[in-house]
Amino acid sequence: MGPNTLPPSRSKDAATVPATRFFLIGALLGGLICLTTSAVAHDAAHHDPMAERLEACTACHESQGVELEDGYVPRIHGKPAGYLYNQLVNYQDYRRRNRSMNHMVAHLSHEYLYEIADYFADQHAPYPAPAAAPQPALAERGEQLVREGDEQAGVPACAACHGEHLTGVQPNTPGLIGLPRQYIMAQLGAWQVGTRHAAAPDCMAKITQRLNGRDVEAVAAWLAAQPIPEDTRPVANAVVDPPLECGSVPAPES
Amino acid sequence: MLSKRIFVQAALVFALVAGAANAADQATVERGEYLARLGNCAGCHTAPGGADYAGGLALASDYGTFITPNITPDKETGIGDWSADDFYNALHNGERADGSPMYPACPYPNYTHVPRADIDAIHAYLQSVPAVEQRHGPHELGFPYRYRSLLNVWQMLYFEAGEIENDPEQSRDWNRGRELVQGLGHCDACHRARARLGASNDDEDAPGAMIHGWYAPPLADPAQAGLQHFELAEAAAFLQSGKREHAAMMGPMADVVFESLQYMHDDDARAMATYLKSIPEVSVDSPLRLIRMSDNGRRQAMGEGRKIYADRCAGCHGDDGEGREGAPALAGNRVVTMDNPINAANMIRQGGFAAATEGNPRPHGMPPFYDLDGRDLAAVMTYIRGSWGNDAAPVTATNLER
Repeated sequence: MGPNTLPPSRSKDAATVPATRFFLIGALLGGLICLTTSAVAHDAAHHDPMAERLEACTACHESQGVELEDGYVPRIHGKPAGYLYNQLVNYQDYRRRNRSMNHMVAHLSHEYLYEIADYFADQHAPYPAPAAAPQPALAERGEQLVREGDEQAGVPACAACHGEHLTGVQPNTPGLIGLPRQYIMAQLGAWQVGTRHAAAPDCMAKITQRLNGRDVEAVAAWLAAQPIPEDTRPVANAVVDPPLECGSVPAPES
Repeated sequence: MLSKRIFVQAALVFALVAGAANAADQATVERGEYLARLGNCAGCHTAPGGADYAGGLALASDYGTFITPNITPDKETGIGDWSADDFYNALHNGERADGSPMYPACPYPNYTHVPRADIDAIHAYLQSVPAVEQRHGPHELGFPYRYRSLLNVWQMLYFEAGEIENDPEQSRDWNRGRELVQGLGHCDACHRARARLGASNDDEDAPGAMIHGWYAPPLADPAQAGLQHFELAEAAAFLQSGKREHAAMMGPMADVVFESLQYMHDDDARAMATYLKSIPEVSVDSPLRLIRMSDNGRRQAMGEGRKIYADRCAGCHGDDGEGREGAPALAGNRVVTMDNPINAANMIRQGGFAAATEGNPRPHGMPPFYDLDGRDLAAVMTYIRGSWGNDAAPVTATNLER
């Protein structure tokens, strides 16, 4: 360790939080009870040192996502690296609150968090099958919000930022396909009530304030029922003229 | 002409002096930042997700919950009005700027050993961080602890202010190390249980204390947290990196490594290791008494535990507890074999990563096993504690309840 230098693992202004403090706050999203399937993790892990390091992640985050009685562990495979990195930092800084996640990332450096994000961004496992189509009226409203938005309500189309095929946009905007209805609803709801935050200006917080309960249900149900496109990779080109300013969209410093 | 030259010379001298003073101030602030890291002030004075040093962390104790104060230089809600004398008085004498006594939840019984120059540097640094206006509610303490004036009596009975004098018989490293361990580093604040009413416990065989649900094992016992049997360089590197072969610091100690010890300069790390190695070896009993188990009960637990181990643990930790890169050996592992099973139980239940440091930039993560119920957890721990040469007592589910 070089004297007089701060190791690069933490920038001075990085507001990080010791793991143990999570004991002191309620986990607002509820504990995601993790059904550890160690055998699965080990098979994939044999010759990949990064996979071995990250068994703490894959024990819960299976490539298909895991549905639980009281929540959902989302698929993180194949999401844009910048998006995943931002979420890891959000958990470290408690902009997102989840007992397990706050604990896991508590004392990891930003450099390592980016490597972790990059690792999962490169994993392209098959997606789970889409859900059944919702009622026609709900589907219509959902499709409208996703494709066109609602100008009167000030809601831009999801597709305007998340990519025409909703597979996400590099580097920081996640895809919206292959996610179950309940997870999408939970995230939009969390933004509405302020238990999920993104970097300011938090465009998703603004948008969700303009959605009513039925809108949230419609978007989630329609998205969850979409077939998986052949090419699920996030679009490479940035959105030229985004409808709102989003603090998470610029490339992260790393 | 002459007067102009004198003016220019005077201005030049003034600029040089001012520049030197600024540089000295800057050096003091930087030293203060380093020392504030070693003291891990932010560990308590920064809330989860909160601004640095703005306080608001809830610290649970036997006496109630303490809410840590804002120590940013905000004049209204922080310590912006505190002079260097005020700050020294607080850390050295346990007295706030308004003259009232401080609760020893803030480890001033340790900080009283820190030299004045170091405290002044920390003061200079804290006055340089961004001021944050953030007021906190009062501590939530039980009767009679909520009466702050009682602390005057407590201080009279249990607190003695004063730096520790150098021991001329010992090396410079040893003396510096003792100052860091007993002073700024306040290791004993967690690694040594306090006596009744928060008095310090000077017994050689004082047990460790619980912190955030983990047990901080005693530093006097080489079978627990003691470093007496380490090589000096190994001990120093362990403090800085949080990792050595087949062991990593986890739980609250991983926080300490991440927030504090990883920034420690090599000479201070060597000094701290020198002192920690010199602590007289004592075998210390666990404050948590394990419930005795019958031979029959133990045999049954070993059998159940063996199956769970083969299914859930052996993939990484090996059939014979030998471990692999990133998955510590469990055979001979002192976290596993020490009397108090709570830390190993926490590791299994919560999993987690060691701190990412220069010496361990890409730590391995242990998966959490939330789904093991108390009985299964006790069984697998009994198996691990009693296999491959490990000879620790069996654990019952009751002992793991919290």
